[in-house]
Amino acid sequence: MAQRAHEEQLSLAKTKRPKSFKLGYDFRTQMELKFMLWPAIILIAIFDFFPMYGLLMAFKDYDPLTGVKGIFTSPWSGFENFMVMFQSFQFWPMVRNTLGINLLGNLIHVPVVLTFALLLNEINSSRFKSLIQTITYLPHFLSWVIFGGLFITLLNTDGGFVNYLLLKTGLIDEAIQFLGDPKYFWGVAIITNLLKELGWGAILYLAAIAGIDQTLYEAAAIDGAGRFKRMLHVTIPSIMPTLMILIIFAVSGMLNNNFTQIYVLQNTLNLPASEVIDTYVYRTGLKEFQFATATAIGLMKSVFALLLLFGANALSKKLTKSGLF
Amino acid sequence: MVGGRSWSDRIFTLSNVGIMLFVMLLTVYPFWFSIVNSLNTGSDLIRGPIFVWPRELTMASWRTVLSDPSILQAAWISGSRTAIVTFVSIFHTALFTYAFSRPYLKGKAFYAAVGFASMYFGGGLIPSFMLMNWLGLYDSYLVYIIPSLFAGFWNVIIINANYKAIPDALFESAKMDGANEFTIFFRIVIPLSKPVLAALSVFTAVGVWNDYNATLYFTQSTDLQTLQYLVLKLVQSTQAAAQMASAAGADNPDLASVFSQVEGRGEVTTQTLQLASMVIASIPMIIIYPFAQRYFIKGILIGSVKG
Repeated sequence: MAQRAHEEQLSLAKTKRPKSFKLGYDFRTQMELKFMLWPAIILIAIFDFFPMYGLLMAFKDYDPLTGVKGIFTSPWSGFENFMVMFQSFQFWPMVRNTLGINLLGNLIHVPVVLTFALLLNEINSSRFKSLIQTITYLPHFLSWVIFGGLFITLLNTDGGFVNYLLLKTGLIDEAIQFLGDPKYFWGVAIITNLLKELGWGAILYLAAIAGIDQTLYEAAAIDGAGRFKRMLHVTIPSIMPTLMILIIFAVSGMLNNNFTQIYVLQNTLNLPASEVIDTYVYRTGLKEFQFATATAIGLMKSVFALLLLFGANALSKKLTKSGLF
Repeated sequence: MVGGRSWSDRIFTLSNVGIMLFVMLLTVYPFWFSIVNSLNTGSDLIRGPIFVWPRELTMASWRTVLSDPSILQAAWISGSRTAIVTFVSIFHTALFTYAFSRPYLKGKAFYAAVGFASMYFGGGLIPSFMLMNWLGLYDSYLVYIIPSLFAGFWNVIIINANYKAIPDALFESAKMDGANEFTIFFRIVIPLSKPVLAALSVFTAVGVWNDYNATLYFTQSTDLQTLQYLVLKLVQSTQAAAQMASAAGADNPDLASVFSQVEGRGEVTTQTLQLASMVIASIPMIIIYPFAQRYFIKGILIGSVKG
């Protein structure tokens, strides 16, 4: 209260003074603004920029025991860490898993979510529509620990819902080890992700669809276009820019697996199919303390991800004349 | 809408509604399955899973989970962390964005450069780990708080877009009346941007509550476990055990039967415990979900449809 009174007094005092034309450029205001800005700048400097020095480790013969100082004092080793990485027998399976889960996942995810959004858009009752949205958004807000955990129990070999159902209906004779057998892992990862993000992913499409000029539909209908023709020739071309942006994001995130998801579903039995770059960096770095190798992998991933982003953007601009930047 | 009432239209509508009902069932059923199975006695579950309603209703698994001291400790860590980080980081980011959005801010290009760079550059996992160690944040409660005190430049962009909707005249007249920047922020900006701040708070809170990575990367003592991390450990350890049992059962049926007998004795089994802990850990999210929903839909549209 006292402070507020003080402030009011201050502001009263100020009004009496003549104001310069350049409002806000005075020293005091600038200091206040700096006071608002610098805490965040310092946090960014410490937690985002400062660790980039650590990337030097990728080119050094680094010993974890030497701590932060060792990053600077340890001897250079050129590209040796990268060579070690390439020669590792785990390297190519890991790249294959990363790309495979992402590529197949997106190939399934994008059309399914788009179809879902198109179908949802055709629901006329707005109450039913919002009920569907409410329910299908929910999994997005649950953690992967919960959602993944649910599916681990559902896919269990004894007493799991899916195996029980398949066995009872006679589709299989023996319980399938969905999470114990590497050959099912990609499928499990892709489908659980689809189920979790189906509703939420549709929001962007729905927003884009809502922005379409309704007269286009009327014109198409008058020209004799049925429901599907209108979807194909009006809706889809109209949401192309949105679709393109989502595809660019998907391509640039190609090396970026959802660590949070994969780590939950991963176990020692499915490791041949579930080890992706992110989990490998975690394992080699924080479990086996091979800091230099793990940093080299992380660095290479970032570089390729950036290249993918620019590549996808350029391609999208060329093909559809719309891109991210 | 132009639409006839032809037969093909009706069939389409009907099958569309059918598809939607199926999708909803697919989304909801796993939860229902977990709830009813966690409320059944474990020994009874050996006969086969439950689909609709518990055969032998018992709260034993829930009681076991809820009376476990490490769960309560983890819930406290998760809850306090979520509350602190959400409140401070959103407030801080709103304040930052206010200063950043002032047309008379000197050196704006510098702040913009730092902000955009922070979105694309970072050291990655290992250098961050070393930094936490070096700063003494490793294995400390503060590792959950200090690195997250700023909500990131992405949120700045969203809040900034919202501030632009506030008429300039409001700022100017306040400034003319001699209000300082903090007064303007608290008296004009905050009251006028409650919706976007609420939306971002919901997103932040969900993100922090659901996060287990910070626990995994930067802590080791059991006192600092978050609820998500604890549930993860519960799920993973017995998952391995169950896999082991069935793998062993393939060539040694005796061992498998011994294992299942031990596991299946009594009201509570590892399976019901896992399910109960997952259901309990998701309750807070499910409770706030209906209230939060209207905010986050607004929030995602603010962030995405612009431009």
